[in-house]
Amino acid sequence: MKIVIVGGFGVGKTTMVGSVSEIRPLTTEETMTQAGVGVDDNYGSESKTATTVAMDFGRISITEQLVLYLFGTPGQERFWFLWNGLFEGALGAVVLIDTRRLEVSFDVIGRLEERGVPFVVAVNDFPDAPRYPMEDLRAALDLPEEIPIVKCDARRRASSRDVLMTLMRFLHSIAMASASA
Amino acid sequence: MTPPQRRRRFPKEPPEHSPPRIPDAARAPQPSEGQGEGNQPGRLYILTGQVEDGDRAALDLVTLIVANDDAPPPTAQPEQAALLRLCRTPLSVAEVSAYLNLPFSVVTVLLTELLTAELVHARAPIVRSELPDRSLLEAVMHGLQKL
Repeated sequence: MKIVIVGGFGVGKTTMVGSVSEIRPLTTEETMTQAGVGVDDNYGSESKTATTVAMDFGRISITEQLVLYLFGTPGQERFWFLWNGLFEGALGAVVLIDTRRLEVSFDVIGRLEERGVPFVVAVNDFPDAPRYPMEDLRAALDLPEEIPIVKCDARRRASSRDVLMTLMRFLHSIAMASASA
Repeated sequence: MTPPQRRRRFPKEPPEHSPPRIPDAARAPQPSEGQGEGNQPGRLYILTGQVEDGDRAALDLVTLIVANDDAPPPTAQPEQAALLRLCRTPLSVAEVSAYLNLPFSVVTVLLTELLTAELVHARAPIVRSELPDRSLLEAVMHGLQKL
């Protein structure tokens, strides 16, 4: 099973993967080919036809048979080609945001909504980040009431785990709602 | 203090809310530019045999790969042998890719060959269905609680 942690550059995705993973975060690469055309600015290196992008991931063994994989993927538009394989069959996603640069998460959220991937929003609590009231954040991100927003400290294992728990509870509530409908 | 406001995406809306510095910053985490450098001399397609019709097995990043035998056959190429040794215990394609230091797409080609040769088998991952399995989610929650 996989869960995707997505967010802009430097919001703490790798930190979060590392803090809950039972293995040291690993990196896999994907080659970027046609999808990069028009998205990736190849100015000055036009002869380059393929480039690679890294994805960090970690693993949590729930039981012998049940292994949860966490993938951290960049949220910028130019990396969206990664999403095709990544979100296929993913249980859900955690959108990690940094209130100092809230803008970088806007597109990510829109994209998840379009894809119909269930997600929760985790606010990584950087010490010098502006603190907004939750309702302001919800309004700014234009999130419906039912989508959970939680604060977290991606460096702390317990805190990152709680974010995953929030996602699981959210998925569970969706399952319950659709079962009773 | 009010946070910046997200705008919903409309078709062809110019991305005016993404500051221009972001793409520059994003350039930084790109590792191993150019596959011909460092510990990856040569072109990656050399590693893969001739795949007749270019078809690849349907492999996900979290598909688990298990080697069918303990020891790789003597005829296996180095990369294939390394892969077979790694997969004595079930390992996800993503992990295989990371440990072999090869891109996911290259690993899928290698694995397609090994699957065809019946040297490995693949276990499909649990995927999100229309209706997520509640007992599964409960098992995951239970497991997370124990962390």
